[in-house]
Amino acid sequence: MGLLEYKFEENIILTNVDKVLNWARKSSLWPMTFGLACCAIEMMATGASRFDLDRFGAGAFRATPRQADLMIVAGTVTLKMAPCVRRLYDQMPEPRYVIAMGACTIGGGPYALHGYHVLKGVDLIVPVDVYVPGCPPRPEALIDGLRLLQQKVQKQGVMTRPSKPAANKAEHMTEYVRMPESRKKWEEKISHGGLTPQDEEALVEEQKAKEKAAAVAAAKA
Amino acid sequence: MQITDDTLEDSQLMTINFGPTHPATHGTLHLIARLDGERIRDAEPIIGYLHRGKEKMGEHLKYNQYLTMTDRMNYLSPALNNVGWCLAVEKLMGITPPPRARWVETIACEMARIMDHMVCNGINAFDVGAGTVFFYMFQQREVLTDIFEKMTGARLTITWPRVGGLPYDLPADFKDDVRKFLKGFYPIVDECEKLLKNNRIFLDRTVGVGAISKERAISYGYTGPCLRACGVSYDLRKREPYLCYDQVDFDVPTGEHGDCYDRFFVRMEEARQSARIIEQCLEKMPDEGPVAVDDYRVILPPKEKVYKEMEAMIFHFKLVIDGVKPPPGEVYQGLEAGNGELGFYIVSDGSGKPYRVKVRSPCYYIYSSYTEIIRGLMISDVVAVLGSLNIIAGELDR
Repeated sequence: MGLLEYKFEENIILTNVDKVLNWARKSSLWPMTFGLACCAIEMMATGASRFDLDRFGAGAFRATPRQADLMIVAGTVTLKMAPCVRRLYDQMPEPRYVIAMGACTIGGGPYALHGYHVLKGVDLIVPVDVYVPGCPPRPEALIDGLRLLQQKVQKQGVMTRPSKPAANKAEHMTEYVRMPESRKKWEEKISHGGLTPQDEEALVEEQKAKEKAAAVAAAKA
Repeated sequence: MQITDDTLEDSQLMTINFGPTHPATHGTLHLIARLDGERIRDAEPIIGYLHRGKEKMGEHLKYNQYLTMTDRMNYLSPALNNVGWCLAVEKLMGITPPPRARWVETIACEMARIMDHMVCNGINAFDVGAGTVFFYMFQQREVLTDIFEKMTGARLTITWPRVGGLPYDLPADFKDDVRKFLKGFYPIVDECEKLLKNNRIFLDRTVGVGAISKERAISYGYTGPCLRACGVSYDLRKREPYLCYDQVDFDVPTGEHGDCYDRFFVRMEEARQSARIIEQCLEKMPDEGPVAVDDYRVILPPKEKVYKEMEAMIFHFKLVIDGVKPPPGEVYQGLEAGNGELGFYIVSDGSGKPYRVKVRSPCYYIYSSYTEIIRGLMISDVVAVLGSLNIIAGELDR
């Protein structure tokens, strides 16, 4: 504490747990290295020397979701990629935050109309805290989004924070987005870790049938 | 005992997933590798994680609107893709933009090539452990994005030339900006080369790693720096000159062994040659003159005319509603992009939208050889090879 040492008399600081924990949290949001498409180049530029995301404590890009607090979804999420994105989100430890960077992650962007293989908004699969528009957003815009997120983190209560934030936006949105039946089924699949309840039942029945057949075969033998 | 390829049975091999969100995959590439210890016995690349249906979308967008799609294909060097598309449509329509537009497009192409090589080499060096080079190169790239921003209004996805020329003239201090950039650029390239050329770690990670022979490279359809690193002096700018490349003097650098080391330094030398081309272009380009064809069926009339003249307003309306209308026919136009030959094949039925668009992206052909290159290497070399091949998922999957 070089400069401050021996400058003051012995004293105490009064604060509350929320404030000090949130201050610590917001000052070291570690993002995950997670570039999908064009926005990733601007994300890299934000992390490089000119814009220097380190100034806001968010420059330590982690290579694994298990060490990260923040997922910056930078780029187009395709239907093939969507389950991976969801899985990465699930692997992150709480508290976790998501920034949707760019038009594609907000609502499909240039591919909203004819992109048959593009997820129309990443908030259909993970809850999003801050939306940063642009195609791609400028590095300043991403930094602004990060500052907004920091404000949001500062406001939250440590005890009152809902333990499952996934319950808010992702389920809320599906009511408003008119989705084809196949999409609905697919999304149900994602939320059940790849299997719908019907699939699970079918699997169980299949297993039972197999056991029966084996028992019959054994009895015959 | 050293583990060799045949010490383990097939059932004892370990299967791992590399990607689709590995920090070194620069996008979304997926590799399923069968490992014998740390050595790769076999690998299967899986593509399609960034398939956005760009070729199909060509059938829904007008010719000038499709420029926005080409921006997002190779997002390291958007200007090259834009110019490539415009060249193809102009060839289909049989129009030639005025010389000033041609010279400016040449400069933009070379600036984009420098941007591409800076990012590719910077990340490649970063992946094998040389972080400084990454920061040096991104700094140079930022100067270029600033110039592009002044020219076009956007940093990355510029959507800038139009079919038939440029939408607007250059900013007044364009030449000074570019000269200033070039002045700072040469020392940085020299310094980065000095940092890595005899660096023991860099040599260990790259020399002899990921080598491919001349014959195999040609049979896979390699183009661009990866082919030139194998020792084949093939460059579309020399073979089939487009834009103003026949009026400038430049060398085509080639490597010898086709390994990561050669690819790195071929790219460095190419960036230097690009700077040389830009210098010559700045000298030779005309300072005055139109920047687009004088045909209001192709280029929007100026705004003052639209407000005052009936004909100009009708042309404006027709162009916005219908778009440019090439005659029925088909065309292929390739150009030397950052990774190799980028080609657009367009079939037109005479309407304002293409009937079919096919993109020949250089990455696709290079990535198809990936399994062959990495077989027998260590798992850590996969990263070095991937970086040096410069696989861009947006261009690969389209």
